[in-house]
Parts: sequence; structure tokens; C-alpha cells
Amino acid sequence: MLEFRQVSYQYPGEDFDLIDGLSFRVAPGSLHCILGVSGCGKSTLFRMVSGLLTPKAGEIRVGGAPIGGHRRCCGYMPQRDLLFPWRTVWENVALPLEIAGGFSKAERRARAEAALADAGLDGCGDKLPRALSGGMRQRAAFARTMLAGGDLLLLDEPFSALDFLTRISMQEWLLDQWRRTGKTILFITHDVEEAIFLSQSVLVAAEAPIRALAEILVPAPMPRTRACLADPAMAALREELIGRLRKQVEP
Amino acid sequence: MKKACRGNLPALLFLFALLILWQLGAMELDAAYILPTPVQILQKLWELRVPLFTVHLPATMGVTAAGLAISVALGLLLSVAMDASPLVRRMIYPVVVASQTIPTTAIAPLFVLWFGYGIWSKVLVTILITFFPVAITVYDGLRSANQEMIELLRTYGAGRWAAFRRVKIPCALPYFFSALKMAIPMSVIGAAIGEWLGAQSGLGYFSRRMMTQLDGAGVFAPIVLLSAAAMLAAGLAALAERRLIRWRGESL
Repeated sequence: MLEFRQVSYQYPGEDFDLIDGLSFRVAPGSLHCILGVSGCGKSTLFRMVSGLLTPKAGEIRVGGAPIGGHRRCCGYMPQRDLLFPWRTVWENVALPLEIAGGFSKAERRARAEAALADAGLDGCGDKLPRALSGGMRQRAAFARTMLAGGDLLLLDEPFSALDFLTRISMQEWLLDQWRRTGKTILFITHDVEEAIFLSQSVLVAAEAPIRALAEILVPAPMPRTRACLADPAMAALREELIGRLRKQVEP
Repeated sequence: MKKACRGNLPALLFLFALLILWQLGAMELDAAYILPTPVQILQKLWELRVPLFTVHLPATMGVTAAGLAISVALGLLLSVAMDASPLVRRMIYPVVVASQTIPTTAIAPLFVLWFGYGIWSKVLVTILITFFPVAITVYDGLRSANQEMIELLRTYGAGRWAAFRRVKIPCALPYFFSALKMAIPMSVIGAAIGEWLGAQSGLGYFSRRMMTQLDGAGVFAPIVLLSAAAMLAAGLAALAERRLIRWRGESL
């Protein structure tokens, strides 16, 4: 579904490559978390896939074709929900359709309301975003991402600003959405527990600059409940991952 | 409505107290040709109502409206151009700021020489002092637009104009209204200054003529009318703002 071939990236004004010759691939329909410490360049990966940044070298392929030609190859959901406060919820959700063009207002409204219903937000379409709670806002942003088209969803720490209880219910909700829609999901996080709960396998960015993503299988079957986190194998994995990340923070 | 009255009550009480103080002070001084009492001013306003309301107020409002409209158009144009291109910004911004260091009142008589006693010399004075807050404030508003929102739209394939329309304009709209509320009183002042310096009609001209006749109340009467007109216009702008902007005060 997504493939990086020897991709490098260097921010202008810096003299080293933040991402250096990175290659990895992600199978269609899978859900992976990319785990790494803050500032290691995880988000840069997403920004390249979504076309906001251009790699210095290498090639990124989505669905077998190199990106660039068709820009709307993936849905990108940034860390903050970025719902426009001057638009109603359905108008926010319909933004990707509005930009793409070719839909009448009634069509946009119908598709936005359907996406909202899928996200469990029936009847919220005419509200302003400020009337929604943090979790509801993230779900609205997710509905908007679904309408951005493409079978690849890039979620950049979408739940990091939520309180703990909302976050774990959103994680369960996301797994449910993934099962129902069959999309390929890449999920950036720096929360180890979140990563192992959500992923089939965790992709760890263990070094800076990022030269490789270490793929670590999560020893628990899907579908999951939070009970699996208490499993000894999962607890051991969690400790191992925390150990790896700490090595990076304190060399 | 009731709530609005209660909100303004302290201001009204304070204003009323000031007016009473003025009335008492002016009565004590008893020199109406330099310090008329508020009551004398109102009497004068009533006496002169026909020329003031049929000739001079329309003339001044005409200058104000033309000056304000051109200033807003010019200010918007400059701010959009500066936002769109860093080169334009570096070219124009210092010139715009420098234009505000010109003492307008000092060179306005030249405008009268250049453009005559008609409306355009006054409009030019108005523009010169009004376009600046519009250009700078709206430019700041466009700059303040949320970059992450623009990036999000770019991932959907939006071009520059699509993002400008959907993010920059809504983000700059509250700034635009702040600018408008500043520009309205300034354009009234600009029109009055222009007329004071050379005109055949208008409230500024009328006030000056009364000055030469040592008619204190006659000087103040058109000024009261000017302030009332400016406050009314600013109130209308505030009303339009409340209608259009439902999201003010929310962090982006």
C-alpha cells in the first residue's frame, strides 16, 4: 500500500539528513503505529507522503504508483483537530469534497452526514465545532479524513491532547473503525501503550536520523480488548520498547 | 436591549456627570464665545437645524463616505498584496508607515491648491489618515491565519486561492472589523480637517465660520453632530460584526 524506497529528507537550513535512506513498506489493510520520541522526524514522514514536503532523494509509492502525480492519495489527520470554528461541523467534514470539486451542495451534505453517522456523530452536523467535546471533535476530524479519499490514512498523534479515559475509548473506537472500513492506517504516537494496543506490528524509529523502522510484531490477536495489555508477553514488549526509546533520549 | 442599556449605564452616568460639571463651570465662567454650556450648544443646534442637516451634514457625510470607501478598498488591496508577496511587502510596508509621519494638517492646504475647493481635496485628506489602520490591521489579520489549516487544505489538493478564501479571509475578518471601527471615526475627523482648511460647505467649514464670528456654541454644534454621526456609523459596523462573526474569542 505504502512503500518508501531509499527516502532522504533534509530540512532547509540544517546540515544533516533527518531521514536518511529510509526504506519500508506497509501492506494494504494493516494498522501500524510508528513509535518514536518527540522530534525524531516521525511527522516528517507523514508530511512527505501527504505532499507537504518533497523528499531530497528516493521515492515514495502509494498503491503502487509514485506520489506527486495524484495528490489526494491519502487522508492526513494532524495532531490538532483543526476544525474551522466558523464552519458548522458538516461543512468542516465536507471540506475535502469542496476542495476536490464536482459535488453539489446537497451531495456534499449527504456524504458528510453519512461520514458523521459512521463516526457516531449523528445529528451534530449543524452544530459549531465549539459545541463538541474533545473526543467528538477528534471523531469529526476523523470523518473529514475519511472523505479526503484514498485507502491510506495517516493519523499524527490524533489522541495526544485528550484526557486518559477519552483517549482509551477513542483507541477502541479507532480499532472498530479500522475493522469496518478496511483502510490502511498508519498512526504516529510516542505513547508505548497506545502503540502496542493499536498495532499489528509497531514500527519503531529507534535512531536519529531515521535510517530504518524496526518492525516489532505485537503478540496479541485482533480484535483486542484492553485486557490483553495485562498479558505477560505484552507487558514484556512494553518494557522492551520503553527501554529502546529511553536509550535514544539518554545516550 | 435591556442588557445593552445596563452595560452602558456606567458610561452614560459618567458622561452625564461630566456634562453637569461642564455646565456649571461654563455658567461660572460666563464667556459663551469661548466656552458655551452644553445647553447653549443644544439650543444652537436646534436653531441652525435647517442649514446643518440639509447642507453641511450631507456634504461632510459625502466626503466621509467617499474617503472611507476608497481607504478600505486601498487598505484591503495593499494588505492582500503584502500578504501574497514578500517582495511587495518589503517595498510597500516602509512607505505605508512613512506616509503616517506626514503631518496631514500641514500639507492639506496644498491639496486644496492641487484639487480645488471641491470634494476631492477633502477626500484625499481622509484617505491619507484612514487607509493606514486598514492596511496594517488587515495585513496582520492575514498573517495571523492558521498555517496548519492551510496545510491541511493543501493535503486535500487546494491551491492558493482556495486556501486563501477558506482560511485567510475568515481569519482576517475580525481584524477587518477592528480596522473598520477605527477607520470610521478617523475618516470623519479627516473630512472635518479637510473642510476646516478650505471648503464651501460641510460641518468642518461651518464650525470654522462660526469661529471667525466668535460664536462658541456655533463652533461646537456641528462638532456634536459629527461625533453623533461617527458613533452611529461605528455602531452599525459593530452590529454587522456581531452578525457575521460567531466564532470570535476562540483560539485557532
